[in-house]
Amino acid sequence: MGDIIQTIVAKYNFWIYITLMMIGLYAMIAKNNLVKKIVGMNIFQTAIILFYVSIGAKRGATIPILEHGHGGGHNVVHAIDYANPLPHVLMLTAIVVAVATLGVALALAIRVYDRYSTLEEDEILSQIREE
Amino acid sequence: MKVIGLIIAVLTGGLLIYAAGDFPAWSDPASPASTYLSPHFIEKTMEETSVPNIVTAVLADYRGFDTMFETTVIFSAGVACFLLLRAFRRKQPEARHYRHVLTGVTVRIKEGTKLPPSEDFERIDSLWTPHDLIIKTVCRLLIPFIQIFALYVIAHGHHSPGGGFQGGVILGASIIVLAISQDLRTAVKRMGEKLDALLCAVGVLIYAGTGALCLLLGLNFLDYSALASVLHVDPITARSHGILIVEIGVGVAVMATMIWIYNNVSSKGEYDQGL
Repeated sequence: MGDIIQTIVAKYNFWIYITLMMIGLYAMIAKNNLVKKIVGMNIFQTAIILFYVSIGAKRGATIPILEHGHGGGHNVVHAIDYANPLPHVLMLTAIVVAVATLGVALALAIRVYDRYSTLEEDEILSQIREE
Repeated sequence: MKVIGLIIAVLTGGLLIYAAGDFPAWSDPASPASTYLSPHFIEKTMEETSVPNIVTAVLADYRGFDTMFETTVIFSAGVACFLLLRAFRRKQPEARHYRHVLTGVTVRIKEGTKLPPSEDFERIDSLWTPHDLIIKTVCRLLIPFIQIFALYVIAHGHHSPGGGFQGGVILGASIIVLAISQDLRTAVKRMGEKLDALLCAVGVLIYAGTGALCLLLGLNFLDYSALASVLHVDPITARSHGILIVEIGVGVAVMATMIWIYNNVSSKGEYDQGL
């Protein structure tokens, strides 16, 4: 029993990200409305970002910004005292790129709406078949 | 489709949760992600680049190529929105709405007719727009401070959390706040479409140009220590300055792209009236 609780405590963050990711995936596959699909894509991206940030965490570590002062000699830096900077870097760029892709997705949705006067996928498909 | 989607999602989720059992425990200092490359970054950044913020150093120096192409992706997204949405043939709106500034009376002008030129009337959006003095005034007072904070975030990215991406987004948000609180025409008057497109390209050009300059000075692409002879500092400090230059480029590109995308998406490419 104690083992199971320990596993849950150690891993539950990954389960939350996987749940979020699957909510996004399901929305992208099953939802009929294009804007809802875009929202699903964003939930998916958020899950990935949370996953990466949690990989970068270290117990007892501080943010990856070194202490420094003018003139003073540098103290010896131990890697164990600072959180892993690499996932933060990757996600920093990913957040901005997510916003940019969201813009393109919305632009495409606007164009689709102009052409077919609807955002429902099945109505768009039936209109395409009629042509 | 819903059932298939549910089955796919549940199967993939179950597989991933099963695989998560092999992951190291949360915040384990000995996890594989924290043992190979990141100790080098944490311990060597200060002596190799003299930048205390490791995230900035890794972003703009160690992973300079990655960030350069991320900036290019953002630039491409801005251009894609522009090409998809921009309507060059100006469709005259069916009716324009004007508000008499002093009395608040709203006038509707049909297509073709014109209002006599007068300073007393201001154009308003055809959707319901109340005259919100508080929102307009507060936003007008706040915008300069938002912009100064954005410049601080860009310039101080070496020593505190911040950098080109964050500062650029805040700068762009300040103009978007203007567009939301007043109207899109005011924001476009301040920050025109051509300026947006130009700054977008200039930001990417600053980044790539810094890299090319390093190449011309005899070192690798984006090896900022080559700038030492131009900036008259030692190679380590030159790396720090090189990082600042490319962060400014990133900030300019991100700011212009955010405004460009907002203008295009919110007005369907007509730049007439937004949200």
